[in-house]
Amino acid sequence: MPEGRQPILELQGITKSFGGVEALRGVDFALSPGEIHGLVGENGAGKSTLMKIIAGVHTEFSGRFLIDGQETHFRSARDAHSAGIAMVHQELSVAPDLTVAENVFLGNQPTNRLGLVQWRRMAREAGEQLARFGIDVDPMSRLGDLPIGLQQLIEIARVLFSGARIVILDEPTSALSPPEVERLFATLRRLRAEGTAIVFISHFIEDILRVSDTVTVFRNGRKVAETASAATSKGALIEAMIGRGGEALEHSYSDDLMLPRPADSSVVLKVDQLSLARSLKDISFEARAGEVLGIYGFMGCGQQELSRILFGKLKPDAGTLAVEGKPKTFASTAAARRAGVALVPESRRAMLFHQEPVYKNISISILDRISALLLKPAQERDIAQRQVEQLQIRPPVVGLDLGMLSGGNQQKVALAKWLTYPPKLLVLCEPTRGMDVGAKNDVINIVRDLRAKGLAIIVLSTEPETVLSLADRILVLKRGALVREFSNEPVSKDRLLEAA
Amino acid sequence: MASSETAPAARQRARGLAPFLRSQMRNIAPFLTLIFLSGFFALASPSFATLDNLGNILTQVSVTGVIAVGLTFVILCAEIDLSIASIANVTGIAVAYFTVQESYVNIPNIPLPGIAAILLAILLCAALGLVNALGLTVIGIPSFIMTLAMMQIAAGISALLVRGQIAYKVPDVITTLGSGSIGGIPWIVIVAAIMLLGGHLVLTYTRFGRYVYMVGGNREAAEYAGLNVKLILGAVMVISAVCSGIGGMLGVAHFGSAQQNEFDTYLLDSIAAVVVGGTSLFGGRGGIGNTIVGLFVLGVLNNGLDHVNIDSFLKILIRGLILLLALIINVYAQRLREKAAE
Repeated sequence: MPEGRQPILELQGITKSFGGVEALRGVDFALSPGEIHGLVGENGAGKSTLMKIIAGVHTEFSGRFLIDGQETHFRSARDAHSAGIAMVHQELSVAPDLTVAENVFLGNQPTNRLGLVQWRRMAREAGEQLARFGIDVDPMSRLGDLPIGLQQLIEIARVLFSGARIVILDEPTSALSPPEVERLFATLRRLRAEGTAIVFISHFIEDILRVSDTVTVFRNGRKVAETASAATSKGALIEAMIGRGGEALEHSYSDDLMLPRPADSSVVLKVDQLSLARSLKDISFEARAGEVLGIYGFMGCGQQELSRILFGKLKPDAGTLAVEGKPKTFASTAAARRAGVALVPESRRAMLFHQEPVYKNISISILDRISALLLKPAQERDIAQRQVEQLQIRPPVVGLDLGMLSGGNQQKVALAKWLTYPPKLLVLCEPTRGMDVGAKNDVINIVRDLRAKGLAIIVLSTEPETVLSLADRILVLKRGALVREFSNEPVSKDRLLEAA
Repeated sequence: MASSETAPAARQRARGLAPFLRSQMRNIAPFLTLIFLSGFFALASPSFATLDNLGNILTQVSVTGVIAVGLTFVILCAEIDLSIASIANVTGIAVAYFTVQESYVNIPNIPLPGIAAILLAILLCAALGLVNALGLTVIGIPSFIMTLAMMQIAAGISALLVRGQIAYKVPDVITTLGSGSIGGIPWIVIVAAIMLLGGHLVLTYTRFGRYVYMVGGNREAAEYAGLNVKLILGAVMVISAVCSGIGGMLGVAHFGSAQQNEFDTYLLDSIAAVVVGGTSLFGGRGGIGNTIVGLFVLGVLNNGLDHVNIDSFLKILIRGLILLLALIINVYAQRLREKAAE
């Protein structure tokens, strides 16, 4: 922080809890005009919560909040906006059906005296603003027709040029290509020179080190370090993020873990040069029987798209898939299932029938096998009961509506659905996200059992612990490309983060 | 171990009667409406609560009932079919078109043997349903718009076939089923009952029926379970069109004539019957049982209003208000269930 200048924003002893769980504990934070401030920390460390307090999204918290030295309390995001604070959220928040120009001027379109929108002026000014940012698009084209990365750039451009004094960027580079990242950085530096204060949150530590003046590290809701970017390194930041000494109850995976020699069992899935628009580039890998393949990467690295392609829900632009040596093009999820592929997506809402009883949720995948025409409810219940007992689903009542079960037990039902099938290749997205330690261990044991039965399993996760606890071999996905394979060698959380 | 096994049962008992009733609101509300309406008309008019009039009501709702069977499948999948009445109309006209007419009917028709006429008519409605299905699943046109277009297309074919004329003759089998009776019971009531029963059996006891509920309950989850969602959606559109076609042929025989715009009121009546009965417009909840209750509510309402002395122009308004009430209950019941599931 440049000395001698009054901070534009100052937070003192901020504490915020969600239903008894403390997300932030006594955090101090200050921001000066003409400063780019980087924030790093693991998922759930408290970065986004703090930024949402600054942007007026969370209004209930304790601690002092000063702007220009004046104690302030925002009651809404609108208050924050009028105080000159703007934020680009991690999830894209654009209006895809409006034009580029309308998106740039969302909420403050230029109007004439009659209150009518001045389209020509709006288009011209939007075009000029975007050109300053190095974006050359027709301002009157529909935003939704542009690639995702460009949409994200336009959203960022809108916030950067809104005249805000404080700009918060949450994970802005995840969907951008390297030249686009360069353009973004150039713009940030120019705004810094004009006196704007910028907060930059990213998992990409190299990016943070390159563009920011100061870095703050968060861990478990606390601020654990604040240093000048020039005086630190990627390794030091990762160490500060993860922490040494194993204060957590769970295995912290900070020490090296030896991955086994790759199995020479048969290849179940062969992926060759898979590409999808801006999400995936030339992805090639193999998944073998009796092996858990972990795919690790940050949010937005293309994992979700990859899993959808494997299950026939998305069609790749290029590349081939082969299951047990036979080339496949999955026209639908039904075709993928017939070929022996099963997917458990990261969202339980998307994969289960909450208003239906547990047994119908489990039997859905095998219904065509046990009944040609007429249903056999007794047999369905028997099969479901066996799974419920084996996976220790609580309560063990197959007639109960799924919605009555806890999240962890619902996740087990989602697994049970495919265990009865059983597939040749099981793709699991974030299989332990949001679970307590007990449920996590149960899921880990289930996956190990399946591996022992000879299934090929792919685990995709943005949490290094999940991949490390399950995988025999680990691929690292970065901005849509495979950048590193860990196999038959030591691996740790540091090494994974370093590679990603 | 034993305690953990009995715990959920105890918990369910402990949840008590009120939450159970709330979760069953969707099924209870239409039934109460039916009892209330029947009681009201029975008190208001001595001619309402008679066996003869029950027969009247049954006959009056039969054509709607046949059409509503297929529509129940569609609405359970959270789709809609606005072409049902038009398809019923064109199928009824088609079966007459392929039948010998009296000499004074001036339609350039193609007389065929009765069975061939019926088969061709069925084929026509199935084909129109298939067009709906392809538009919805392959091209991806929302069913609301797709079937709106089909409504016009079917009406257009009707117009071309009869050219403003009226045909009277349909194959003998259809005449019997539409306007004859056996042992005092009209055939049309028997056919409607069989179709409703058939629909119920398919929805409750077959794999296809389960898939319909699953696709309606959570389409994304159905896709992630590897179900062929498009095939199921396509199938319900064809089923709906064929049920409409059968309803149309029976209707033509019942009315004794085949002409344009004959079935226009059946679109609203059929949708009303399904929805008033408590089948969720959001899909996945309800069934033929609900549709039957809905048919009776509508039948009692239409018939009862004729038995009491009310301004006939007011009747239309009253029907509209009852329909609105049912829709409010439908949405409200959905919200209560979602709350119970949380």
